[in-house]
Amino acid sequence: MNEFVLQLLNGLDKGGAYALIALGLTLVFGTLGVVNFAHGALFMIGAFCAVVFSRLLQLETVTVDPERLTPWGSPMEIRTPLVQAWLGDFGAFLVQYSVPLSIFFAIPVMLLVGLAMERGLIRFFYKRTHAEQILVTFGLAIVIQEIIKANFGANPIPVSAPAALSGSADVGAWLGLGGGIFYPWWRLAYLGFAISIVALVIVFLQFTTYGMVVRAGMEDRQTVGFLGINIQRRFTVVFGIAAVVAGLAGVMYTPIVPPSYTMGMDFLVLSFVVVVVGGMGSVGGAVLAGFLLGILQSFASMNEIKSILPGIDQVIIYLVAVVVLLTMPRGLMGRKGVMET
Amino acid sequence: MKFDRINRRIFLKSSAIVGAGLATPTIFTSASRAQDFCNAPTGSTVTLGFNVPQTGPYAEEGADQLKAYQLAVKHLNGEGDGGMLNTFKGTALKGNGILGKKVEYVSGDTQTKSDAARASATRMIERDGAIMISGGSSSGVAVAVQSLCQDAGVIFMAGLTHSNDTTGKDKKRNGFRHFFNAYMSGVAIAPVIGEAYGKDRRAYHLTADYTWGWTQEESIKNATEALGWETVTAVRTPLGSADYSQYLTPVLNSGADVLILNHYGNDMVNSLRQAVQFGLRDQQANGKNFEIVVPLFSELMAQGAGEAIKGIYGTANWDWKLEDEGTKAFTKSFGEEYGTPPSQAAHTGYVQALLYAHACETAGTFNPKGVVEALEGLEFDGLGNGPTLYRADDHQCFKPVLVVQGKEDPADKFDLLQVVREVPAEEVTYDASMFGGELGPVNSAC
Amino acid sequence: MHASTPSRDLVYLAVFTLVVLTMPIWLEPIGAAYPNLMQRFAIYGIFAIGFNILFGMTGYLSFGHAAFLGVGSYAAVWSFKLLSMNVIPAVLFAVLVAGAFAAIIGYVSLKRSGIYFSILTLAFAQMSYNLAYSVFTPITNGETGLQLALQDPRVIDRALGIEARGIPSPGLFGVEMSGYSGFYLCAVLLILCFFLAMRIDRSPFGMVLKAIKSNQTRMGYTGFNTRPYTLTAFIISGMYAGLAGGLLAATDPLAGAERMQWTASGEVVLMTILGGAGTLVGPVIGAGVIKYFENIFSAFHEAKLHAAFAFLPDGLENVLVTITAPFVGEGWHLTLGVVFMLIVIFLPGGLMEGAQRIYGMFRRRPSAGQRAADKFQPAE
Repeated sequence: MNEFVLQLLNGLDKGGAYALIALGLTLVFGTLGVVNFAHGALFMIGAFCAVVFSRLLQLETVTVDPERLTPWGSPMEIRTPLVQAWLGDFGAFLVQYSVPLSIFFAIPVMLLVGLAMERGLIRFFYKRTHAEQILVTFGLAIVIQEIIKANFGANPIPVSAPAALSGSADVGAWLGLGGGIFYPWWRLAYLGFAISIVALVIVFLQFTTYGMVVRAGMEDRQTVGFLGINIQRRFTVVFGIAAVVAGLAGVMYTPIVPPSYTMGMDFLVLSFVVVVVGGMGSVGGAVLAGFLLGILQSFASMNEIKSILPGIDQVIIYLVAVVVLLTMPRGLMGRKGVMET
Repeated sequence: MKFDRINRRIFLKSSAIVGAGLATPTIFTSASRAQDFCNAPTGSTVTLGFNVPQTGPYAEEGADQLKAYQLAVKHLNGEGDGGMLNTFKGTALKGNGILGKKVEYVSGDTQTKSDAARASATRMIERDGAIMISGGSSSGVAVAVQSLCQDAGVIFMAGLTHSNDTTGKDKKRNGFRHFFNAYMSGVAIAPVIGEAYGKDRRAYHLTADYTWGWTQEESIKNATEALGWETVTAVRTPLGSADYSQYLTPVLNSGADVLILNHYGNDMVNSLRQAVQFGLRDQQANGKNFEIVVPLFSELMAQGAGEAIKGIYGTANWDWKLEDEGTKAFTKSFGEEYGTPPSQAAHTGYVQALLYAHACETAGTFNPKGVVEALEGLEFDGLGNGPTLYRADDHQCFKPVLVVQGKEDPADKFDLLQVVREVPAEEVTYDASMFGGELGPVNSAC
Repeated sequence: MHASTPSRDLVYLAVFTLVVLTMPIWLEPIGAAYPNLMQRFAIYGIFAIGFNILFGMTGYLSFGHAAFLGVGSYAAVWSFKLLSMNVIPAVLFAVLVAGAFAAIIGYVSLKRSGIYFSILTLAFAQMSYNLAYSVFTPITNGETGLQLALQDPRVIDRALGIEARGIPSPGLFGVEMSGYSGFYLCAVLLILCFFLAMRIDRSPFGMVLKAIKSNQTRMGYTGFNTRPYTLTAFIISGMYAGLAGGLLAATDPLAGAERMQWTASGEVVLMTILGGAGTLVGPVIGAGVIKYFENIFSAFHEAKLHAAFAFLPDGLENVLVTITAPFVGEGWHLTLGVVFMLIVIFLPGGLMEGAQRIYGMFRRRPSAGQRAADKFQPAE
């Protein structure tokens, strides 16, 4: 039972990340009709926003201590963090909470990156084939990845969660299941964050006038255009929102796995599978498929299941994708008529 | 498909051209056969190839190792302060290159992948004329490159590789390893963790799924089971997994009270940090404190793991805080050059480069035949580990093994490990036939 | 495109043959004339030609072609281990196994088209890769890669009494497959593969494939069952990949799982597009360019750049070195990404289209009417 609850939490956690990335991907496809292979790179840029932000907060002055020597005989360096020196306790608090705070730094950055990407490149590819869209964004993903590598190196950069959230929570006691179920605070925070962002995006699309127009545009772009609405501009904004969502998913992911330049590509394939399983262009489908695949992957890696079906944890996601694609032509929740061939 | 007249003509014509083409290579091959061994240096320089991971899970170790190789080349050429050349007892190396030839080097990125590593090693041998390849940082890569060097007829001086197979099942006459192995780690660490955690423990292994992980798991299992420990289960994890959560969650409810992480590099940094996040070290199991053991780790990994490494036991090949002259000299020149103390990966790379140079100098030739003879059974001292033997039977070095522990309150950011025990070489020596394999003959032909 | 006639094809093939076989001569000045790299030029050329038979002719974008290359490699190494060190059985075995594997994956994946087809092939390739890395370790030797060993049975060799000192290397009746002889074997096979691709391109079968690319729905409406044709193309292209994988193993007898990873599949897509999808020689050029970048460009570092720009005044030299440094050495991927994007944006036909445009500029300019006719080709 304990094991079951833990793997369910793991699955939800993974699923949260998949859902957040797939959400943006499917929105972009649903609105602009563009298959964006650089979407994983947006996730990575978000994670590096957190790195940059925490580095900014930890800028130091370096002075030399003549008293103490390093083992090789040169004077020891003394590093004084600037932010703490200026702001005292508040500075220490800022450094502690650099990851959650970098959300505020990442939102404008990601919005700019997203708009720049859409206006600078993607819009020239609306009318080109999906294959060409995949290829050009794949090229872009390589370029972004290499720029990050050139500036931050090939090694993952550890970023810590705030001390208050770095331990683990006694989930068992909350649920009245007794002891033995401990789950890291940060991962619980990630799950909560993912659910709230997904809810925000859905509320935005479902209950605001702006969102309704966007949805109308997804259904029938031409008619909305006839009504004198500049649907193109709204779609560009949607691309920006997708970039922000992917970026925030990356920001919050940094304490779980240290960011490195390959993380975008690592998630890209998985999130594509999620989108396709959920149904291209379907927001609800992407969220559902994200959580579903996350949970399935988690359960597949239980020792009991692996002993019956060795290797199942390695292939489960792809296996599900194949089965769904062959039996349900539109994915789990795809709209009729969209990409049905 | 129909084979009409024109195509037959095409076929005849092209086969004539093919024939002409096939005749040309003799010009090239005869030129290379003229040397009496592969890549014999003809000019005033000799080229060494350093093949280290610059990307992938072991990139950090690789980068440090490459720095050490560059330092070794400097010292061999008489630049800098000479480092361990000054403490290397009885060597003929004078700082004028090797056999009077200036040392040059080329480097390659193994990407921590066997395929890429072999491609870059081949490039260094064929294009750049490297006479010796050194490097590793993953045993899978080291084993793959070692067999390539055997076929190519050059010497392979293994860098950081800890699998028993490198000088066991997969040993080769042209390959040599200075680093210690998983068996030695097991023998050295077992008594220490037995004392610290008691004789009645149940261990859960998470193992990197490749040659090094498998042999380390086996060696540690054997050593701890001899103590009286029980092994609950061993779970294999793919190399380079970033998120270990699904492997860590079953641990606490499995009845185990010790977690053994057979991971290295970034993998270990991730798995250890996540194990701590999951609260494993705060828990009780079977009425005892839950403990984590990482049988092989280094200062670089300790830096990456941060707080999580405190109090964790492991083993090391070497540590810069050792008190002998060789270590001091090396730490000094490395620290002055790069501003950080050298890691064990750096040390083993540096030493391997020096030992190769020494062997060439002793043999009086770069011919792998002579070099292999000079290295086999070589006893040396002053390179940081005390008196060391290069055993002729399996090309493995025997020297003391260090048992280390993550420091509870480090004095500065370099002071992360403390040496708990130095296990003498005799205790970790084993029979050369224990891990099977055959050295085979020396190969010096391209 | 020019109309192809048998005599033009003959010239085309002869020139191609000549260029491939003289590689050791004309690659010398650009530092690429060492056997291992030339072997790779030829092998990845075969891989890309095969990929082009599927993608270039039918328009089906497979993102999992590396799986066939990997399977071919494993099959070849197993043939070395079990049967004989001769490359002929190994290569045949590699082609057959890869073909069978392609038949299964193709049969399932071709039930869908467009992006769904891409995702299906990707899913199958990733499954193969993950399994080769974990559960199939007894067959694939996991991360270390499948290698030869002294104790291998090598049934045929032992029966014929061929014994080597140490581990034998793959050969063709006594000619070792490393070095130049290996290159010439790969080169000859590349020429044969090129010839075969040319024949397919000019055959009625090729016409059908191209018709599928231009409008599959219309083909369907005319009562034409396209599945057998696309499946055949898929299998042929899988067999090309298997041949390439077998040759990789023949020139260097080790097979690693990372050959099957999706990034490796992405690489062959890059090669084909870079050179020019749908053209015969384009994919070979693309493969050559990428492998050249990977091996030569990546070895450049700042000292070399300073040497290259040494003829300029110091200030200018430093500026140029600073600008170019991120694009060479470890940054060669960046160059590749940028070049690739530029090609997709401005030259969708790849380097071949660029060459044709330049050629067109020197020839008489096409009349306005003809240009308009070029423009109004049916969209895909």
